[in-house]
Amino acid sequence: MSLISTLARLEAVESGRAQPLTTVRHRHLSERPLVFVPLTTAGEAGAPLGALVGSDRAAPTLLVVPQPRDRDLRFTFLADLAEAVLPYLDAYADDVEPAERSETDPETGKKTKVEAELCADAPQLIVPGRAGIDFVRLLGRSMRFRRTAEQDPDAPYPAPPRVPLLGRWFTHYAERARTPGAALLLAATDLLNRHWASGQSSLEDQHLGALLAWIDPPEGESGAEAALRAELARGADGQLLCPPAGPATDPAFDNRLLAPAVERYDRARQALQTAEDGLAADERLVQLTIAEREIRRLLAAQLMPTWTAVWRALDLLRELPEGERAAARWTSDRWSFTGHRDRIAAGEPPQPRRDDAVTAATKLLRRERAQAELEAGEALDDPLVMAGRRLAGEAFAGEVVEVTPAWTESKRPSPRPLVTLRTDDAPHLAEGTKVYRTLDGKPQKAEFVTYEPEGALVLRILDKMGRAKDPAPGSVPDKGDRICWTLFEHEQRGAPKLPDPEATPWTHGGPPGSGTAEQPDPLTPEDLL
Amino acid sequence: MARPLDARALAALAANPGCRRRALLDGAGVDKGALAEAIGSPSAAFGQSQFAFMRGNAFEAKVKGDGGTELLRLLHERMGAGSEPPGDATAPDLAAAGPEGRAARTALALREATAAGSWALLDHPMLALEVAGSPAYLEPDAVVVHPDGRWTVVEIKSFPMIDAAADPSKVGAAARQSAVYVLALERVASLTDGASVDHSVLLVCPKDFSNLPTASVIDVRKQLSVTRRQLTRLARIEDIADGLPPGITFDLDGQSGESLASAVEAVPAVYAPECLAACELAFHCRGRAREEGAVTALGRAMRGELGGLTTIGEVLAAARGESGDPADPTVAAVRRAAALRAEAGVPCR
Amino acid sequence: MTAFDPGAAAAGATDAILADTLHGVSRGVVVDSPPGAGKSTLVVRAALELAAAGRPLMVVAQTNSQVDDLVVRLAEKAPDLPVGRLHSNDSDPYDKALDDLDNVRKSSKAGDLAGLDVVISTAAKWAHVKSTDTGGPWRHAIVDEAYQMRSDALLAVAGLFERALFVGDPGQLDPFAIADAEQWAGLSYDPSASAVSTLLAHNPELPQHRLPVSWRLPASAAPLVSDAFYPFTPFRSGTDHGDRRLAFGVASDGSAPDRALDEAAESGWALLELPARHTPRTDPEAVRAVARVVRRLLDRGGAATSERSPEPVPLTAARIAVGTAHRDQAAAVRAALAELGVTGVAVDTANRLQGREFDVTVVLHPLSGRPDATAFHLETGRLCVLASRHRHACIVVCRAGVTDLLDDHPSTEPVQLGVTVKFPDGWEANHAVLSHLAEHRVVWQP
Repeated sequence: MSLISTLARLEAVESGRAQPLTTVRHRHLSERPLVFVPLTTAGEAGAPLGALVGSDRAAPTLLVVPQPRDRDLRFTFLADLAEAVLPYLDAYADDVEPAERSETDPETGKKTKVEAELCADAPQLIVPGRAGIDFVRLLGRSMRFRRTAEQDPDAPYPAPPRVPLLGRWFTHYAERARTPGAALLLAATDLLNRHWASGQSSLEDQHLGALLAWIDPPEGESGAEAALRAELARGADGQLLCPPAGPATDPAFDNRLLAPAVERYDRARQALQTAEDGLAADERLVQLTIAEREIRRLLAAQLMPTWTAVWRALDLLRELPEGERAAARWTSDRWSFTGHRDRIAAGEPPQPRRDDAVTAATKLLRRERAQAELEAGEALDDPLVMAGRRLAGEAFAGEVVEVTPAWTESKRPSPRPLVTLRTDDAPHLAEGTKVYRTLDGKPQKAEFVTYEPEGALVLRILDKMGRAKDPAPGSVPDKGDRICWTLFEHEQRGAPKLPDPEATPWTHGGPPGSGTAEQPDPLTPEDLL
Repeated sequence: MARPLDARALAALAANPGCRRRALLDGAGVDKGALAEAIGSPSAAFGQSQFAFMRGNAFEAKVKGDGGTELLRLLHERMGAGSEPPGDATAPDLAAAGPEGRAARTALALREATAAGSWALLDHPMLALEVAGSPAYLEPDAVVVHPDGRWTVVEIKSFPMIDAAADPSKVGAAARQSAVYVLALERVASLTDGASVDHSVLLVCPKDFSNLPTASVIDVRKQLSVTRRQLTRLARIEDIADGLPPGITFDLDGQSGESLASAVEAVPAVYAPECLAACELAFHCRGRAREEGAVTALGRAMRGELGGLTTIGEVLAAARGESGDPADPTVAAVRRAAALRAEAGVPCR
Repeated sequence: MTAFDPGAAAAGATDAILADTLHGVSRGVVVDSPPGAGKSTLVVRAALELAAAGRPLMVVAQTNSQVDDLVVRLAEKAPDLPVGRLHSNDSDPYDKALDDLDNVRKSSKAGDLAGLDVVISTAAKWAHVKSTDTGGPWRHAIVDEAYQMRSDALLAVAGLFERALFVGDPGQLDPFAIADAEQWAGLSYDPSASAVSTLLAHNPELPQHRLPVSWRLPASAAPLVSDAFYPFTPFRSGTDHGDRRLAFGVASDGSAPDRALDEAAESGWALLELPARHTPRTDPEAVRAVARVVRRLLDRGGAATSERSPEPVPLTAARIAVGTAHRDQAAAVRAALAELGVTGVAVDTANRLQGREFDVTVVLHPLSGRPDATAFHLETGRLCVLASRHRHACIVVCRAGVTDLLDDHPSTEPVQLGVTVKFPDGWEANHAVLSHLAEHRVVWQP
C-alpha cells in the first residue's frame, strides 16, 4: 500500500470519515445498471437461496427458493432469474454502431482494419461484494452445461429453456471481471474502496455496510461508531441489523429463522401431497402459500438492506466526475459484450471448463496489458493518483527553467532540445531512462540526461516535434511550464502473436485435440444444481 | 468449562503465532466465545449454520458408507502407488473410555494393521500430541494403513472441488489441520516397526455440484515444518501463566465482566485484522488496539513503511510537521506524502 | 572412497549434456545450473559445437544484457563465426561494444539474419518473429535462463524450433505476472509458471542434467547455499578450504565493521548485527553500516588469492557489490557511499544482480528492521541471489530480531490443488541462513 493511501486511512480514523483516494471516478457507471444481490445456502455449492435483482431501485424482483435442496424449485429460481436478466442483456444487443476492428490476416500475417458492429452501450451488472462476483461465476459454471429438453429430449432432468444461456452470459461477465479496469461486472465494495480510504483495514472494507458507514456516516455519528453498529448490532430477536451482503447468510439467521420456516414449508408440502380431497387440498395449499410467503418475507428482510446499500454506493460514486480514460476502457467492455453476443449468435458451444494453453496465455497477456494501461490511465486522469506514483519515484512534476535547442548529428538534423526542470520529487532515474508526458492527448518521449545542482534535472526531448529541422510550434515545453513526466509508458506495445490452439507446440502438450467437446455434468438424483 | 485443544485450534495458532493471549487461552481450553460474551465484546459470527452442519455430516457419512469402499477406492487411485487394490479392508473398532483410552486403542489398532500388512481404515481415530506442556487429543476424519506400512491422513470437507479446483484458503486451512495429524501420527509411527507416515494427505470433497466424492492429494511438508517449529517454540503455557499477576483466572462463573476483562488484558495480545476471522476475542482486541491508536489495527502491512512510528497520532503529527526528526526517512517520507496529497487537492487536516 | 575431483565431475556432466544435445533423440534437454557453475560457458560451448556440426541455431535469452553478453562471449571464443544479433526497434537496442565485432550482424528483422550460424535475441523479440521470416523452423535452439522465463513466453517462441537445450538456475527469482493468474493454478501449462515447469509437465521423459560444481562459491559458501536453496539437487564447490584467501594490508582498528571484515575473511561469512529496531526500508544506520563496511574493505587494502592467480589480487571497487531488496535501499546506499567517497562499487537489487559475480558482497538483509515479513521479502530466490554472488566472502548487515519476526510470521498461505509445492520454502531457507550466520555474528551499537 502506498504511503499516500496509508496516510488517507490514518486521516480517516482521526476525522471519523473516509478520505478520498481519487479526484475522479475511474470506472464507467451505466445509467441503468442491473443490480443483483444473491444469497446462497450455507454448506452447499451453488444452491441459491434467493436474490433481489433489477435495474429499477424502487422495484426489485424478489426470487426465492423455499427449499434449496429441491431441484425443481432451484430450476424455477434459475428460470425466473433468466427472465429477469436476459431481457436486460438483450436490450443492448441490437443497438449497434459501425466500428473498425484490427484483424490479423491468416495468410499474410498483416494487420488490417475491418468493418465491424459495436454495441452502442453494454449492460452492466453490479453485485454487493467480491463474493458476489464469485457467485456469478459459480452460477455461470453450474448452468452453462445444462441441457434443455429441446437440446436433449432424453435428459433426465432437463433445465428450463433459457437457463444454459444465462449460464454462458454469467460466465462471460465473471471472466471479464478478471480483466483489470473492466466494468461489465463490478462489486460495490471494490468500487468504493478504489475511491475512498476508510478508517479500517482492507479486510473490514469487504463489509459493505461498514464501508458505507465510513464513507457516509449518519448525521452526528463517527464512521467508526456507525461501522461497528453495521458489523455487530443485533435486534431483540438476535438478528443482525445490517445482515451480511451475501451470498453467505448469518448463521443466526439460518438457525433461528430460516430453518424453522423451511421446516414448516416442508411439512405444508407433505400435507398437501397427502390431502385426500379437493377441499382439504385447497386448505393445505393455503398453508403452503403462507409458509412460502413467510420464507419470502424473511429473505426479503435479509436482502433489502443490501439492495439499498448497493444503490446508495452508486449514488455516492456518481457524485464523482468520470475520468477521461474510463470511457476508453468502457469501449473495451462494449467490444467484449459485442464479441460474446456474436459468439452466441454464431452457435458456438459454451465456454470450456478450463482454458487450453493458448487461451490461458492470451488472457494473461491481455490482462497484464490492461493492468499496465489501467495504472497509467488512472494516474494520467487523476493528480491524486499521480501523487502516489510521484512518491514512489515513478513520476515527477516540475517547472521548466531552461530550454536549450539541440539537434541530432546527422545529415538531416532532427531537433533534440534539452529541457532543464526543477522538481522536488525524487524519481528513480539513470542515464538514458525514458520518460513520458502527455502532449495533445498523445505521449511525448524524452530521456534523462543528467542532474544539475539544486534539484534540477535535464531531459532530452526525443519525438513528436514534426519532420522539420525546427520543432513544430507547441511541441517543446516553454520556460515556466509546469509538467508532469512519468517513467512508465502511457500506452502499451503490441502483444506477441501466439500460435493458434491447433498449433500448440510440443512444449505445451501439443494441440488440445478435437475430442474435447465439453460434456454436461453427470446428473444424480441428489445433485444440488 | 475447559475444552481440549483440537487440531483446528492448533492450526489456527499459526494464523498469529506471536499472540500470547490466544496461546494461553487456547492452551488452557478457555471457551473464548463465552469469554468474549462475558466481557461485552461478542464476536460477529462464529456459529455454524445448521444447513452447513447437516450437509457436512451427510457428506462424511456418504464417503465412509459401505465400509469406506468409495474412500478406499479414491485413496488407492490417487496414492496407491501400484499396490493391490483394497478389497476387504479391515475397519478396527476404536471404541474405548475417554480420550486417553481411545488414543491407546488407536495406537494398538495402527500397530496391528501395520503388522498384518493389509489395508485398514481407521474411522475417527484418536491421536495424542503434547502441546506447550499439555496434552492435546486430535481426531482426524480417518487414517488409512497401506499394505506397505504407510499411514495416510484423510480429511473430508464439504466445500466442493469444481473442475479440479477448490477454494485455496479452505484447502490451505485443511492442509494446516492435516499437518497437525501427521505430526501426531509420526509419534506413534516412531514406536511401530515398519510404519511410516505419508507427508501427503488425501483431501476428499464433493465433486462439482453433486454430492459424489472426489479427492486430491495435498503435499503438506511445508505446513509440517512450520507446525513443527511453532509447536516447539510455543511458549509453555505455564511460563506465560507464571508471568501473570497472581490470582488471575478465566473462570466464567462467579466473576464479573470487569474482572474478566482485566484478566484478559493482563495477557499481552498481538492484534491484526486477520484475527477477526480466526479468533472469538478479536473484537475485544480490536477495540483495545483502536483505543491505543495502533496503526496495525488497520492491517499488518500498514507498518511496512512507517518504521518506528506505531500510532496513528505519531504518524499524523509527523506528517503535519508537528513532531519527528526530519532526518528520519520515515518522517521525511510521510511529510512528502502529505505534501503531495495536499498538492493534489487533499490537504492534511 | 576416492576424493571428489570437481574438474572431472564438471567435465563429465558437460560431456553428457553435449552428447544428449548433439546426438540424443529427445526434443529437449534440461540443465539445472546452481550459481556460478559455468552456465554461460556451457551455453557458448553448446552453441559452438552445434554450429561446428553444421547445425545453425537460435538462442533465446531473457534480457538484452544477457543477449549482448552471450554475443561477446561467442565472438571471443570464435571470432570468425557468423553471429546474428536480433534486436528491437528501440533506440540503443544493443550494447555498442557489438559494433566492434566484425562477424556479428545486427538487425531488427529476423529475415536479414537468415542463414547465419547463430542468431541470438531476447524471448520478447523472438515472440514477434514468424517461422516463415527465417525460412522454416530452426532445427536447434538454446534457451538460456529458462527458469526465469514464463511459460507463456515459451509458448510464443516454441514454434520457431524443433528441439532445444534449456539451461537455467532453479534457485533464482521466479518469473511473475502483474495480473491475476490464479484461475490457471494447477494446470500443467499455467501461463504464469516457469517455462521449465510447463516443459517437464508435458515432457517428463526429457533428459535432465545438472552442473555439479560451483566455480564461484567458495568452500565456505557452497554447502550452506546448496543445503538451504538446492536441497534436492546438491552441488559442491570447485575449490577447497584454503584455496582462496582474503587478507588485509591494514590491521583491524577494533571497530565492529573491521571485526566483521576479519570474520568474513576468516570464515567466508559475517553478520554485522545492529540493535533490534523497527525501521523504514532505508534504515539510515543500516545503510551507513553497509557503506562503512565497503569503505573499510577498500581502506584496509584487501587482497584476494585464488586458484585464478598465484599472486594476491587487490580487492578493487569493481570486485565488490552491495545487494539490497528494494531500489530505494540501493539508492540510499549509493548516496551513503558517495558521501564516503566510494565509487565504482555495484549497488543493486537482487533482481539486477542475478547472474553477476564479485569477490566480496555486502548484503542488506531483506528482513532487517522490518515490522512484518511479506511474501516479497521471504521469497527464496531473493535471498539465494544475495547469498550466492561472491567468490570469497559475504557480509550481511541486519538488525537483530529477524528470527522472532520469522517465528511470529502468520502461516496462512492458501493452497491450490494440483500445484507442485516449491521447495525450499522461503521461511525455512531464511531460518537456515540466519542460523548459519549467527555463528559469525559481530554485534555493533553504532
